Parts: sequence; C-alpha cells; structure tokens
Amino acid sequence: MAGGYDVAISGSGPAERIELIVEVLAPGARALSTDEVVKYAGLIVLAIPMHRFQELRRDLFAGKTLVDAMNYWDEIDGVDGPFATAPAGTSMLVQEWFSSAKVVKSLNHLGYFKFEKSRRPRGAPDRIAMAAAGDDPAAVAAVLQLIDVLGFDAVNAGNLEAGLALQPGGPIFGAGHSAKELSNLLSLEVAAPLLSN
Amino acid sequence: MTTDQDIEFGLDSFVPLSVDESGRELSGDVVIRNTVDEAVLADAVGIDSFNIAEHYRKDMMDSAASIILATIAGRTKRIRLGTAVTVLSTQDPVRVYTEFATLDAVSNGRAQLIAGRGSLIESFPLFGFDLNDYEDLFEEKLDLLMRLLRDQPVTWSGKFRSPLTKQFLSPPLPVGHLPVWVGVGGSPQSVVRAARYGLPLMLAVIGGPPIRFLPLIDLYKRALVKYGKPLQRIGMHSHGLVARTDKEAAEIQWPHWAHVFEGAAAERGWARPTMDRFQAEVDEGSLYLGSVETVATKIAWVIRLLGLSRFDLAYATGRVPHEQKMATIELYGREVIPRVRELLSGPAEEQAPRDPSLASANGRSSTV
Repeated sequence: MAGGYDVAISGSGPAERIELIVEVLAPGARALSTDEVVKYAGLIVLAIPMHRFQELRRDLFAGKTLVDAMNYWDEIDGVDGPFATAPAGTSMLVQEWFSSAKVVKSLNHLGYFKFEKSRRPRGAPDRIAMAAAGDDPAAVAAVLQLIDVLGFDAVNAGNLEAGLALQPGGPIFGAGHSAKELSNLLSLEVAAPLLSN
Repeated sequence: MTTDQDIEFGLDSFVPLSVDESGRELSGDVVIRNTVDEAVLADAVGIDSFNIAEHYRKDMMDSAASIILATIAGRTKRIRLGTAVTVLSTQDPVRVYTEFATLDAVSNGRAQLIAGRGSLIESFPLFGFDLNDYEDLFEEKLDLLMRLLRDQPVTWSGKFRSPLTKQFLSPPLPVGHLPVWVGVGGSPQSVVRAARYGLPLMLAVIGGPPIRFLPLIDLYKRALVKYGKPLQRIGMHSHGLVARTDKEAAEIQWPHWAHVFEGAAAERGWARPTMDRFQAEVDEGSLYLGSVETVATKIAWVIRLLGLSRFDLAYATGRVPHEQKMATIELYGREVIPRVRELLSGPAEEQAPRDPSLASANGRSSTV
C-alpha cells in the first residue's frame, strides 16, 4: 500500500472473520471474499498452506498473474504425494492446477519478519534482493516491479521450473542476499540443479 | 496504569540437556534435578515465577512439567509455578485440570499455566493427532479447559474427546486460583482468540525486533473491546543470559545458541547461524543478553514499549552448563529485576537498545 498498490485480502472463510485483523494489521487494505479479490485484482498473491490450494477451482485465477508464495513443509503438507517429490518444483504443480493463470514463483523465500525490516529505497547500499520465476514474461515483469516497490532489488530467476532454486533447503531460502549474490547463486543452481531430499 | 511493583518477573525453562563445564553431556535425570535446584535458587533470590515448557524431544527433559513443578513446590514457599507453555492441543483438558488443580493444592495456591499450540509438533504424531486439526484441537480444548475451570459441574461435547455430563473434577479449585494465559507466537488469530475468552496474553518471542508485536497488541486490545471483555494483562517471554560483562555473556551463550540453530537449520531448511545474526539478535532483536545493566535496560525498554506487566526470561538457550545458569539466575534476581524496577519508576526517557530505528518504526503509535 505504501507503494501505491490498492490491496484486498481474503481468507478461506467470510470476509467478516478477518475484518478486525485486516483493519488493525493492514489498515487501508480491504477484507473481501476470495471471489471478490479475484474479480478486483490485477495481481494475486497466493499464500495458503500448500496442501490446500487444490480446494480452489482450477479456473478461479483465469488470465490473472498469480504469485505462488507457498512453500512445502512435510509436517504440514504430508510426506507422501506430489509435493514431497516435485522434481520440477512445487510451482509447476500450482501452474498445472491453475492452468489458465500465469503463475510466478516469488515472495516465498524471505521470512515475514525479515521482509518488514529489510525494505530499502532503490539505490540503498544494503538493499537485499528477491527473485521471481515464471513462464510468462509480462507476468514476471509485473512481479519484479512489485518487488522493487516493496523495497527490494528484483532478480529474474528464469522460467517457472528454475524457481526450484528458491525453495526451502537451498542457499537462497530464508537468507537475505544482495542482487549480485542472488544472481550468482541462481546461476550456480542452473549449473548443478537443487536435489530435494 | 501498571506501576513497577505490579510487574512480575519470571524464568522459563525447556529443561534442556546440558554439558558440564568441561563440555561433557550430562544425563537427562541429572538435568532434571539441576533444574529443580535452579528453581529453588530463583525462589531464594526473589524471582516471581518458574515456568516449564512441554516438548517431546531427545534434547529436552520437559515432557512432564507438572511433576517437576510439584517437586519445586515441595522445596519452596513463595515462587509461583507455571508452564510455558502447556501444549493444550495434544493434551486432555480433564487431565490438565486434575494435574494443575493438584499442583495448586500441594503448592498452597501457586500454580499457573500458559495454554499454547506449541511451535514444535512432535506431540501430534506421538499422541495420535492430525496436524490438519492444529487449529480446531486447540480451540476445542481451550473451550473445555475454561469450562472446567469456571463452570463445574460441566456438561459438554466436542469432536475430539468423549462428552461430559454434569461432571465434577477433583480437587476443586478455590476461586481465582490457577490463572490461565494464552501463549501466542505471532498469529493474529491466536491473539483474537485470547481476547474472545477474555484471557491474558503471553507473547512468545523467539527472535526479531520486539516492536513488531505492537500491532498485535493493538489488535488484542481492540478485540477485547469488540468481545466486551475487560482489559487483560500482557506478558512476554524471551531468551537471554546475564553475566558480569556483555562479552562474557556472549562468550557463554554463543556456542550453545549456534548449536541449537545449526540443528534447527538442518531440520527446517533455514540459513545457518552466524555470529552476525547472533549479535543482531542481541542488539536489535529478542536476546536479552549481556551485563546486568544491558539486560535491565533492554527489559525496561520492552516493558514500556509494549505495556507489559509480566516478563519471563528463558534463561540460556541450549546446553549452557548448570553453573552458568545458576549465575544468571542469581544476577537476574538480585540485580537485574531491582534495576528494571528502578528504571521503570524513573522518567520515561527513551532507553532503547543500540538500534535507534527501533524507537519508532513506520510512525506507528502504540495505544496505551
């Protein structure tokens, strides 16, 4: 919102359930139903437990830029099933499900507490970076712009499958890197793909 | 307005496996007995409460807190005996009631508890619960626990345990005994839930700048109003250690902190711990670590910042030797707490820790 974006938030229940929370923690944002968020939004961030995204209709986000901010955690999402292996990355499963959306993997690899305290204006010497990976260039560009507005240098990580490098277990996840360091790490990942265990 | 004398200062323990001063690991039973001695010392130096957590891990001996607390009760007269936290989701509220009402009786009215969901989840598979029910389990069990505490005989039914019909449980608790706090890690829904029950709030802060809790406290107060509940107390627990100098405290704590976070990094896919991150937690985050003056200044600052009336120090992280924990307890009780009270009763000039940007973040004002 500080960057000029109009923001609406929805949860799995009715808007009333999150109204007070949104009012206090994100004043200026609106609490809406998921259908209203989809109707209203140009860019949508999906930040729900991974094992629940298939509760949403496959055509829900048709034509929209959908930022996949989800991470797979074995205790929450289960040790069996497609999320646990996902050799091409969990975002590929998300893109497969929401086939008419333009999925961009981003905003998943920095902890929320680090987010808030690490925001810097463009040009600040200690500005850290976040990456975005996706198959649709225009969608990726929109997310890179969002990252910059949020206060981080924006690094294009490549196509959606390359987003594997942003998942938990690798050197990028959870750490705050400069744009240069992040680019280096990403090119190393291309050379020697991340093995999920 | 809370005066400095109304504020309670406690200690928290996970009863962690520790090493002796030569670095050799002690056995679990020794660690438990050492913890009892630590609590007895805490009582002797005037600390208000001793609170034990609940984990099911090889490196923590706190799986049966009520037994350790009862032992401490038998060796003390004054210190309050509590949990931080009781993982209510995977407990039976009926047993929680009977154990803690009995603890209250043997301790002559000194029992308390913090009900939490827990941040580690070993108890779920161990006791046969589904992590998908994480939220619903806590909600249902808190509901039953509060009925048992407030409203016997209880007629109740729910999804996760057998129903009760006009049930009395023994021993009866005198009115006002066994205060229950709700422990929250940072989730807004947990805060709203605590407000809905009209229960005091305990913030469990394991890292990051304390100022980020201001919006949650604002949310809690507004939710209390929304649910028609009177204003409740707010407390916080955080990790730390006190020594004669800042340098000595860091030297004692760092290797054991690093050891804990190396393990967590491996388990959780986090970045590995570094001295820089450790120092950042001390300077700007949630480690209350250093000399008496450093720790007291920071505690007084956070109490003022967040309007706290309870602060519990999780004294030492990881395998710090028993002797050094005893030294921390001695300093905390005899010097830190009186110094905090002194600072709080003085003028409210800003005594922020080293990072000035924490003094006001994003122009947010705190409602008092």
